[in-house]
Amino acid sequence: MSDSIAIYVARYRPGQDEAPTEQRYDVPLSTDLSVLEALNYIKDELDPTLAYRWSCRMAICGSCGVMIDGEPRLGCKTFLREFADRGELHLRALDNFPVERDLIADVERFMDHLETVKPWTVHNSERPVSEGEYRQTPAELERYQQFSQCINCGLCYAACPQFGRDDSFLGPAALTLALRYNLDSRDDGSAGRMAALNADEGVWRCTFVGYCSEVCPKDVDPAQAVNRGKVASTINYGLNLLRLARGEHDT
Amino acid sequence: MKRSNEPVAWGLFGAGGMLLALVGPGLVVATGFLLPFAEPAAAFHAVDALIAHPLGKLLLLAAIALPLYHTVHRLHHGLQELHAPLPHGLVALLCYGSATVLTIASASWLLVR
Repeated sequence: MSDSIAIYVARYRPGQDEAPTEQRYDVPLSTDLSVLEALNYIKDELDPTLAYRWSCRMAICGSCGVMIDGEPRLGCKTFLREFADRGELHLRALDNFPVERDLIADVERFMDHLETVKPWTVHNSERPVSEGEYRQTPAELERYQQFSQCINCGLCYAACPQFGRDDSFLGPAALTLALRYNLDSRDDGSAGRMAALNADEGVWRCTFVGYCSEVCPKDVDPAQAVNRGKVASTINYGLNLLRLARGEHDT
Repeated sequence: MKRSNEPVAWGLFGAGGMLLALVGPGLVVATGFLLPFAEPAAAFHAVDALIAHPLGKLLLLAAIALPLYHTVHRLHHGLQELHAPLPHGLVALLCYGSATVLTIASASWLLVR
């Protein structure tokens, strides 16, 4: 193993650069150094002007997602040793989002979509605290637990060709969270979320490419969630037809 | 947000895919290998008896129509995915329209038989 590795970082300074250009940094190589730690090394030792997001260093905050050799991955969960043989790697901000500066993507659109699906437990009526907690059996927890592991890192949006094509698509993480709360026995908000799921911009823009599930660092499997959303939306469509046939209101 | 009508297309696509997976190999074996080597008159009477029965008609229609919708759904979305520079609405009309025309033709033929 050579003792250093060339890291090419796409730099972009708003107002100064026309488009991102790559800048090379040589970082000392060690087997336990992550891409995020390498960025910290560059910032501390080589170039204090480099901009990137990070916080927890342990794949739970979801801040350090970048394109690593063209693949959306978490900087903290990817190690330089993987690229040691090639002696170089290339970093750029997450695909499918506008670049704010250097490795920082503007994920505003993703945040808007998250809000659309109301990713919190909705109660029709609030229970007084004196009545105790909302209890759940292990089986009820099991129904949604996998989908609750999402850390909102946005890697699935950088992976999704449909979101890249048209960012009005609610996208993998938002649709997964919609299902996560719809499956929660404590939640009453399912009807409110279905309008978003039922739209073209909802589950129906997805064509089951499945790359979102491949890149998910928490094994949430958004592709499965979105396709279960399609089943739910199809049932909802049928029930709505029945309501219309009985002369009731379109929902 | 406006409700999408995609559940209709996706439902037919899903049903067609399921049917193909379940009876597709059997159909290939029956129509491609068994029938050509069977005694012609016996094969004709067997198929004729199937078509004469209402349930046989229904099964045949399902085996023809659902895979058709499955195929055109794939074509429609595949062309989009390949960024084919074609008008979206026209492609949808041609795909689902041709499947519908062929379905109606098959249903009419089965009904008069």
